[in-house]
Amino acid sequence: MPKLTIDGIEIEVEAGTSVLQACEQLGIEIPRFCYHERLSVPANCRMCLVEMERAPKPIAACAMPCADGMVIKTDTPTVHKARKGVMEFLLINHPLDCPICDQGGECDLQDQAVAYGMDKGRYTEAKRAVKDKYMGPVIKTIMTRCIHCTRCVRFINEIAGVPALGGVFRGEHMEITTFVEQAIGSEMAGNLADVCPVGALTHKPYAFTARPWELRKTESVDVFDAVGSNIRVDVRGPEVMRVLPRVNEDINEEWLSDKSRYACDGLKRQRLDRPYVRKNGKLQPASWAEAFTAIAAKLKGLSGDRIAAITGDLVDVESVTALKDLMAALGSANLDCRQDGALYDTSVRAGYLFNSTIAGIEQADVILLVGTNPRHEAALVNARIRKRYLQGGLTVGVIGGNPSLNYPATILGNGPAAVQALIDGQGDFAAVLKNAKAPLIIVGQGAFQRPDALAVHALVRQLAESVGAVREGWNGFSMLHTAAGRVGALDVGFVPGPGGRDLAGILDGASKGAIEVVFLLGADEIDTAKLGSAFVIYQGHHGDAGAHRADVILPGAAYTEKNATYVNTEGRPQLGRLAVFPPGEAREDWKILRALSDVLGHTLPYDSLSQVRARMVEINPVFAKTNTVVPAPWQSFGTAGAVADTDFVSPVANFFMTDPISRASATMAACSETVQPAQERTGTHG
Amino acid sequence: MLRDEDRIFTNLYGFQSFGLDAARMRGDWDGTKAILEKGRDWIIEQVKESGLRGRGGAGFSTGMKWSFMPKNVTDKPVYLVINADEGEPGTCKDRDILRHDPHKLIEGCLIAGFAIGASACYIYIRGEFYNETSAVQVAIDEAYAAGLIGKNACGSGYDYDIYIHRGAGAYVCGEETALIESIEGKKGQPRNKPPFPAQAGLYSSPTTVNNVESIAVVPTILRRGAGWFAGLGRPKNTGTKLFCISGHVNKPGNVEEEMGIPLKELIEKHAGGVRGGWDNLLAIIPGGSSVPVMPKTVCDTVLMDFDSLREVGSGLGTAAVIVMDKSTDIVKAIARLSKFYAHESCGQCTPCREGTGWLMRMMDRMVRGNARVEEIDMLFEVTKQIEGHTICALGDAAAWPVQGLIRHFRPELERRILAYRNSAQSMAAE
Repeated sequence: MPKLTIDGIEIEVEAGTSVLQACEQLGIEIPRFCYHERLSVPANCRMCLVEMERAPKPIAACAMPCADGMVIKTDTPTVHKARKGVMEFLLINHPLDCPICDQGGECDLQDQAVAYGMDKGRYTEAKRAVKDKYMGPVIKTIMTRCIHCTRCVRFINEIAGVPALGGVFRGEHMEITTFVEQAIGSEMAGNLADVCPVGALTHKPYAFTARPWELRKTESVDVFDAVGSNIRVDVRGPEVMRVLPRVNEDINEEWLSDKSRYACDGLKRQRLDRPYVRKNGKLQPASWAEAFTAIAAKLKGLSGDRIAAITGDLVDVESVTALKDLMAALGSANLDCRQDGALYDTSVRAGYLFNSTIAGIEQADVILLVGTNPRHEAALVNARIRKRYLQGGLTVGVIGGNPSLNYPATILGNGPAAVQALIDGQGDFAAVLKNAKAPLIIVGQGAFQRPDALAVHALVRQLAESVGAVREGWNGFSMLHTAAGRVGALDVGFVPGPGGRDLAGILDGASKGAIEVVFLLGADEIDTAKLGSAFVIYQGHHGDAGAHRADVILPGAAYTEKNATYVNTEGRPQLGRLAVFPPGEAREDWKILRALSDVLGHTLPYDSLSQVRARMVEINPVFAKTNTVVPAPWQSFGTAGAVADTDFVSPVANFFMTDPISRASATMAACSETVQPAQERTGTHG
Repeated sequence: MLRDEDRIFTNLYGFQSFGLDAARMRGDWDGTKAILEKGRDWIIEQVKESGLRGRGGAGFSTGMKWSFMPKNVTDKPVYLVINADEGEPGTCKDRDILRHDPHKLIEGCLIAGFAIGASACYIYIRGEFYNETSAVQVAIDEAYAAGLIGKNACGSGYDYDIYIHRGAGAYVCGEETALIESIEGKKGQPRNKPPFPAQAGLYSSPTTVNNVESIAVVPTILRRGAGWFAGLGRPKNTGTKLFCISGHVNKPGNVEEEMGIPLKELIEKHAGGVRGGWDNLLAIIPGGSSVPVMPKTVCDTVLMDFDSLREVGSGLGTAAVIVMDKSTDIVKAIARLSKFYAHESCGQCTPCREGTGWLMRMMDRMVRGNARVEEIDMLFEVTKQIEGHTICALGDAAAWPVQGLIRHFRPELERRILAYRNSAQSMAAE
């Protein structure tokens, strides 16, 4: 624990702390451009120079480790002169086009120029101009603005794990480039614009659309995967302009996947903004009353076992709770929230949670991926695994899912046989897993989208238990979900009740006429052809597969348009907040169900959001503790039995298009056209 | 003046073969085993006592540098790296060692490597030195064949390998950490220090980087005794040194001389004097392009060693003496150096990347006089904004020549500015 003096104040810091970090602990601000807490330290901007006693020259605070007896001065004429000098150098070749720069107002260079810049320029020579680079559909470049801090190069190489950027040429001719003209093949490219301290890299879809000071900012939660990334939704008037990450060390740190960030333009297209009722085979605009009446007419006298409900991937817990209660009132047990057809034992909460937690990945020393491609299913979980890999001493094994990972991994097999082999102790990896200090088994939905899923569930549990992955203080059995609405729906028990049908049963019943009414709450990924002649009620926000098949459409709210609870794959309930109002006549989803229940004569017993939430807590006490993971007790789950030796297949084929919003997004369409192939490209491709 | 028997580089001019037999005739590889048997500490102590200061430019005590290497490293290899990336304008001493006396270097590599506990040595040779690289490779092969290096080097029981790595022509790769990056296969950009190479250098292992000349003189020092070497030159500036004399002298060339020889004597005795006589001298850059220029008044009396030159505001650097007589356009000469540094800046850190280009452009205008008199002060200030604020010394090296110019030749700069303004005015009047 070195002790040092900064500006006359003594401070004791952890060994390995840099002078800059020590200054921050004291609340002394050190200007910086290249330094970023989560990236390596190149000390190349030279903005953080401070004076150290007995050193002949000023030192770079970001790269100098604290040592005992150091005396640091941050407020001397030498330091001010150094900072002023560096600032002048940075500005001589910077275009100063702030009025038309998208970074304007949130630019590190602009802000620090206020503090350290000169009142006028002395540079009268010609300024440098740099050719812009093509970096794909999400990153816009104006390379003349670049100050060569190399944050982007370090981010893409270290965090994203894709060697897509680098600096070429030297001296004042140095340029940051993609080497060859191609899109950045990363699912986290949007973060490049965030780490860029100037306007060299900006968000292409957001270009020239708004100035940061005219945006209203709402803190919310992302729904494009089951990670539950914390986001900030920036809106102007009724329009979502952009989505940015919010720091949450337990989940997304400060990163965000490209889908979560850029799919928000899909919120403006294909929207259901009024109820529709199918008349004479055609969907006709209708009023809420007409829609409700049509539903009531159909349900009248229908017995509960002829009604079914399926929820989608983006649903919030409030609306699922309301739908569950409504279905119970109608006497139906035919519920399923697993629209992808995954079957696993839902009776034990530990059986379907990411028990190790996402931050817990950093404690694991051996990771086994079963039937999952985390890079596409949960980009930020994958980023965490890569972070763990960079810390050293991590072994990764893969069974199925065919992932293209950005860390080394051993392929152990493609299906359940490989899991069985590990239980039997066959192969080198079995010993590695067995001897691990903190083994982590991440099992994806790809392992459960099969008829023998319950047996697979038991098999993986058996593996976890046999290698000691579940022990005091560590639960290394983690299920990785792909849908933001899934765990919440499971937690309120939106699964087949006693004697009820699951997804396959519902579709089977519908096609055979045994199920007459199917309620789809945002469910678009099901095979709608199998719904047969059933009367389909679709409640959701986008005109996607479900709405096309619907007989009645109830327009709901997207995730930015409602106050709602989402539970991420760890089992962490988080609150999404209303940033804009739903378009047209669309309403918040639980309110629609509450209104419908009234028309159907089964009035749900809640009139306000807090009452719905009280009902959620009544069903499952985990909802009382938002933002925290309540550890689930370990019990036996799954049903031991024969498993077919068919391969596990990751459910996400196209990372950029997984749900109604991203399918409606122009940016995501551009991404899947350019970036998706880029990830699969090899060096010999043009 | 250095006596012939005190010369270390007896084949500096290549009159004899560079091969092993000829080298042995000159005394190389004589009793190397006995030297190694005296142990690491003895070698480092002797080198310290000899007062040998690094010949690459900074003049840091070589023995001291070796003693910084951690002892008893077991988990990592230890490396010796020889900096033969001789790129400093005006300097051509290492080149002659490489091509005419490579065995001195290779024997030095073995002894120095043994002293720091290295398992291997990398000689990083400037890419342009193709023939020199070939000579060194031949010498290495000879030494391997004779059992002088490799397994059980010189019968000492010590295993030692020497590899050559050819650079690709970047000046900045002569900076020790950029050189290490370059060996590792990366872009040659200097690293931030700390950690110093002695803690984490080549492949994150403890590494010492030494100049060719520093290493090549070590075997002779150990054979003839630290006292002999310390007896030459002046206190703290001991031994002999290769001087590279170029420019407006009658007989330019390399010469080995005692440290602390008066500059005037060096030029008159070994280079045939300044073209047109000593009084025709304008200025001298005494240590390669990176050190400030000295006007004739200083050159008259200054001694050629580290401390004497520092006292007059310049430096010994690599001892590349660049002589300029009165026909020289001194502003243009320094402007050319500014262009060199702008071209060779690696572009990593801000003051050097942006500052060297700015200096170059201002100096270009100064050559023509297309400037305002106040801009001379601004130019000086910009050099001060670069100096000491960069990751490596290239920023300093770019700043110093310009500072030397302003310090000693400001009237010339002002004269040009006025002349340019007058001619512009008269042209406008016509």
